[in-house]
Amino acid sequence: MAHPLEIRVVSKRFDDPSAATLKGYLASDGYKALEKALKMKPEAIIEEVKTSALRGRGGAGFPTGLKWSFIPRQSPKPKYVVCNADESEPGTCKDRLIMQFDPFSLLEGMAIAGIAIGAERGFIYVRGEYRYLIDILDRAIAEAYDAGYLGKKLRGTNFHFDLMTHTGAGAYECGEESALLESLEGKRGIPRIKPPFPATSGLYGCPTVINNVETLASVPHIILNGGEWFLKLGLPKAGGVKLTCLSGHVHNPGVYELPLGFPMRRLIEEIGGGVQGGALKAVVPGGSSTPLLNAEEALGVNLDFDSVAKLGSFLGSGGVVVVNDRTCMVKFAKRIIHFYRHESCGWCVPCREGTNWLELTLTRFHLGGGRSEDIDVMFDVAQSILGRTLCALGDAAAMPTISIIQKWRQEFEDHLAGRPCPYEREFAHA
Amino acid sequence: MPENNSVHLTIDGRAITVPAGTLLIEACRAVNIEVPCFCYYPNLSVQAACRMCLVEIEKMPKLQTACTVPVAEGMVVRTDTPTVHKARKTTNEFLLTNHPLDCPVCDKGGECELQDMTLTYGTGTGRFDEPKRHRDEQQWSPVVFYDRPRCILCYRCVRVCGEGMDVWALGVGNRAILSTILPNAGDHLECEECGMCIDICPVGALTSGAYRYKTRPWEMKHVGAICTFCGDGCRTTLGVRNDRIIRGDNRDASGINGEFLCIKGRYGFDFTQHAERLKTPLARIDGELKPVSWAQALETVARRWRAIQQQGGRFGVIGSTRALNEESYQLQRLARQVLGTNNIDHHRSADLPTLYDALAGTSATGSAPPLAAAASLKTASAVLLVGGDPTYEHPLLAWNVRWGYRLSGTRLYVLHHREIKLRRQAHRMAVVAEGAEGAAVRYLAGQGGAVAARLSAVGPAEEKRYPQLPPPDPQPISGGLEEFKAELEKESNVVIIFGSELRGDDIRALVALGGRLAGQTRYIGLADHSNSHGAADMGLYPDLLPGYESVSDAAARGRFEALWGARLPAEAGLNQREMAEALDRGELAALYVVGANPLRLDPVNPANLRRSFLVVQDLFLTETAKEADIVLPALAAYEKTGTLTNTCGEVQATRRAAAWPGGKSDLEIIHALARLMGVDFGRPDPDRVFAEIRAHVKGYNVSVVQLAAGRSALAVPLNGAVPHRSAPHLIRSNHDTLFSDGTLGRYSHAINEVMEKRLLLPGQAR
Amino acid sequence: MSVFSPTLDAKLTRLAEAYPQRRSALVPMLLYAQDELGWLTPEAIREIAERLGETELAVRETISYYSMLRTHPVGRYHVQVCTNISCLLRGGEELLQHCRKRLGLEQRDVTPDGVFSIEEVECIGACSWAPALQVNYDFHQNLDPARADQVLAEYRQKA
Ligand SMILES: Cc1cc2nc3c(=O)[nH]c(=O)nc-3n(C[C@H](O)[C@H](O)[C@H](O)COP(=O)(O)O)c2cc1C
Ligand code: SF4
Ligand code: FES
Repeated sequence: MAHPLEIRVVSKRFDDPSAATLKGYLASDGYKALEKALKMKPEAIIEEVKTSALRGRGGAGFPTGLKWSFIPRQSPKPKYVVCNADESEPGTCKDRLIMQFDPFSLLEGMAIAGIAIGAERGFIYVRGEYRYLIDILDRAIAEAYDAGYLGKKLRGTNFHFDLMTHTGAGAYECGEESALLESLEGKRGIPRIKPPFPATSGLYGCPTVINNVETLASVPHIILNGGEWFLKLGLPKAGGVKLTCLSGHVHNPGVYELPLGFPMRRLIEEIGGGVQGGALKAVVPGGSSTPLLNAEEALGVNLDFDSVAKLGSFLGSGGVVVVNDRTCMVKFAKRIIHFYRHESCGWCVPCREGTNWLELTLTRFHLGGGRSEDIDVMFDVAQSILGRTLCALGDAAAMPTISIIQKWRQEFEDHLAGRPCPYEREFAHA
Repeated sequence: MPENNSVHLTIDGRAITVPAGTLLIEACRAVNIEVPCFCYYPNLSVQAACRMCLVEIEKMPKLQTACTVPVAEGMVVRTDTPTVHKARKTTNEFLLTNHPLDCPVCDKGGECELQDMTLTYGTGTGRFDEPKRHRDEQQWSPVVFYDRPRCILCYRCVRVCGEGMDVWALGVGNRAILSTILPNAGDHLECEECGMCIDICPVGALTSGAYRYKTRPWEMKHVGAICTFCGDGCRTTLGVRNDRIIRGDNRDASGINGEFLCIKGRYGFDFTQHAERLKTPLARIDGELKPVSWAQALETVARRWRAIQQQGGRFGVIGSTRALNEESYQLQRLARQVLGTNNIDHHRSADLPTLYDALAGTSATGSAPPLAAAASLKTASAVLLVGGDPTYEHPLLAWNVRWGYRLSGTRLYVLHHREIKLRRQAHRMAVVAEGAEGAAVRYLAGQGGAVAARLSAVGPAEEKRYPQLPPPDPQPISGGLEEFKAELEKESNVVIIFGSELRGDDIRALVALGGRLAGQTRYIGLADHSNSHGAADMGLYPDLLPGYESVSDAAARGRFEALWGARLPAEAGLNQREMAEALDRGELAALYVVGANPLRLDPVNPANLRRSFLVVQDLFLTETAKEADIVLPALAAYEKTGTLTNTCGEVQATRRAAAWPGGKSDLEIIHALARLMGVDFGRPDPDRVFAEIRAHVKGYNVSVVQLAAGRSALAVPLNGAVPHRSAPHLIRSNHDTLFSDGTLGRYSHAINEVMEKRLLLPGQAR
Repeated sequence: MSVFSPTLDAKLTRLAEAYPQRRSALVPMLLYAQDELGWLTPEAIREIAERLGETELAVRETISYYSMLRTHPVGRYHVQVCTNISCLLRGGEELLQHCRKRLGLEQRDVTPDGVFSIEEVECIGACSWAPALQVNYDFHQNLDPARADQVLAEYRQKA
């Protein structure tokens, strides 16, 4: 059930079990946007998306309309729309709801993107663990084909759009767009050197747009109701609403659709029902890749791209993880780095070796074998990964580590004195 | 380079201009600014993996990899700032975190790029104080060992194997810190065993089974020798200790082969130390070969020869396809001047006289030589290959053809009776019936009717997009030879390579075809061994003097007669087959075989053979030597100094690397025998003999400075028509592969060991 | 002879034709093959390589990259417990230990009868319903030890 503070756009059909069928979808404004888009000039569609100030929901927040406008429409090569449904950023669990409850909105958004950029083919890259969602999407795709919302001559026009799902097989790095393309080509998920960017050389070397599920699912709403409408739901420079995945130490974790600029304090206190098990210590604002905020920063910030960026962090993928004051931050840092060490594709040296180094030292440190110089070494190691890797996973590993050492250095010092972990006993149980 | 194709930029305050498209790292190198790197390797795809080459570029927020960024107009680059130094230092430190630092026992110690880099950019002490990951070393083949802990994952081996060799036997497995290099057959390699992966490895992760733990590199002397196996003429830099060769590589890229070497050039040298190598002369005493002294052996030969001469017996001489030019030259002099016979020949594997004869009548004899150097394949716009199988028989030429395909957009046309591996780079591949190559060439030359052919094609190299993918398999296309012909006729400046399938009139047709193509057509005739081409040039023919001049041409003969102060026989002699037949009839009183094994090609009834006096000069007791009356232990090419001419006609100098105490060089033996027969050839000094060759053999007036500098010089012995009795049936290629090489290959442990363990036979598809 | 069932065989054939380039079908083919066989046997790897015209090396390179693809057998019910941050904060590690104990998998990863196996995994996208685990492809969320016992018992029953 919707929380009263939510503004439901992409989540508007989440409570409607029939929306996952074509009939139910059509009954709630489904495919009206596509019908409209089929009559629009491709440039006009892109303009509308630009007007909405929709920014990518996959993590980087890149303006979607601008991304679409980079596609060289005159290129003789086929063009592709790829949906990034790899959803693997720890703290993020929103895209699965869209695919589960409102799969047609994604299909519709992709078809519109296809019209806008001149693509006649699309792929939905779904993480391997989400098998049940692939089944749902495949059923929806079959229905859409039968009704002429996919395939040749969409709704009797001269536009074509073919769409299929594609399963991943367990690799966070395949969420990175160029690694995703490699994976979609049947290869190891090693990111590509950029430039060239996917817009000019993407899937099979052809112009390709890659967008997150939520981004694409927003598109039908924007086309149907207008870019202005969407923009005004949020802030002038960051239009619209956004799904926020609230997790960790709160009483009411869940996925909530909130206007951009929504205060974090209200999210935690009013929607989340307050911090569970203690007082607020830290917040991961946008998935495990983003630098952590301390309690003071968290309670003062609004959830939009610029406000979070002012604190040196990112809105990311919308995964807000709340951490109470009975949590050991050394252990938390260790768990984060464990993830990145495991998920590093291993291609480049600083990420592959640096994450390994950090995990080994943090583990020893947490177990009570720390030395005072370790703290600075770890800080320097993380700094030495930052900005020096082929893809952003290196940064994603470094930034949380750096922020934790910076903001909770005292906890590291405490580990030197009290061994093993002075905070261990304090760990919350569910 | 026209102005609008140049880019101006500033590196460390220096203004420089380089061609557009140059990678920043190369631009830095061009002005001697070193940017450290591991994964970058010129002419292989870029990886951006090691992150060692980071530099500052103005207006870019982050450090950039110089190996991936092309130069741009007005770019301002700094490679010498504290940020850059810090980045290098920590990246170097990262590389060392899981490195075992077992430098004292590592084969690469002293030649290791990681060691060098640590010295220059690293710190004295490391801060990493955690347990290192250990994995046991793996043996992937008799010659390839992999030590994962030492591996820094620069992927050079993977790329050189795939992109360079088109073998694709190495891959990357796992991910993150567990990443590793994978061999293609699960726990071992099935490949061409070229060892390029070992050579290109910047650290000691890939080591050579033939060399490991034998020495420290600085305890070796390094000698640039020319490989003595196939006809391509690669330089192999031999590492020598105590007069024994312990390593072959070409890491300094000093030869015409650049960094390339195949299994034979890299490991095949071990035949020189084979247990069966002859250590003393042997003489047949009471029916058995027994050791004798050099003096005894040589005197016996001279005595018997003189007796035969007095009785008016006929002599025959078979020369070598591996002996140096100087030796072959003196051998034919010995035959003609001392033994008074033109019965001299060698194992012919390319019909060069016919090629030169055919070229004589064409405009090709104009300014530029119509022969193509090996390197020209790297840049040729089009190559036509008829017959042969360069991948296995001429590995350097194949490497160069692939290079052209990959980096210069060379369009390769293959006309063959088999689906040879180079089809994977072929713009057009036509498969005709075995033996129909000649007819197909005549059709292409507009001289004959249609020939049935299956045609297929692959697209252009798309290495920029998919560096990691093998070339696509060719797709059948319609049109047969008509389409092939139409496509080929659009080309200009074609290099034509032909194998032993073409001989005699086929070659004339080929030259006619070349004459129809636009621009200048150039030719490479594939010949088997390291000096097959030189043997031909030096006149090891019954009817040809050095430089393809007729023995019956009084003027030509007269020049040599004046030079040596002697009368030479004017009538053409017997060829190798005819000599064998004469032996069989008991009509050849003496046969002198130098570095050859003719009885393998043309067997003679042993009973008949015994009636003649057989002298064999070789490294091993070959089939022929076993039948000899006198066996003289010769030196291998790696133990001699002199020149060789590769299959393209490129002359190169080779230098003595090792010693073999019991043996003498062919040159020394020939000179000694000449003296004992009453003719003084002078000191057996290769330089003196080569001076004579330069002065008197057509095409050989090459620059000695160039040779001394380690470069090659194309010898073009074109002097008008070649009056040669074409004998197509004598053109016989051994079709030696990477894992065999005439008689010599049988004595290399390294080659045999690998061969026995191979599952995939060369010549098979893929 | 294919090592796959006729149904899977047909599905793999369809997949191989479904993409602009055949190799794109590799990861899905591998995963579906694994779903049927339990793991990627050497025979399955060889057959898939052949079907796509790729070398076995290329297939192995790809397999070894992906966490879900495996070249060794696991239990019929593969229990994958997330201990990443959101789960960690709500008892993911304890859940893992609990499941291990309940299944007798403290010292090993597969039960001797081959019914259960266990693995600690990275975030499975259930953060707002943490702690969570997956048994094969089925999600089980908002767990505590008691509810986990229930879940495991249900699978035990099915076995
Ligand atoms: C390591 C890494 C993992 C990523 N994972 C995801 C992901 O799981 N889902 C996603 O939508 N974007 C992910 N991204 C972001 C994508 O690279 C890309 O920016 C996004 O798909 C673009 O879509 P958008 O513009 O709609 O946000 C990831 C990026 C990195 C560097
Ligand atoms: S930063 Fe990490 S994940 Fe990204 S390319 Fe480098 S090693 Fe791979
Ligand atoms: S952290 Fe466990 S499901 Fe996300």
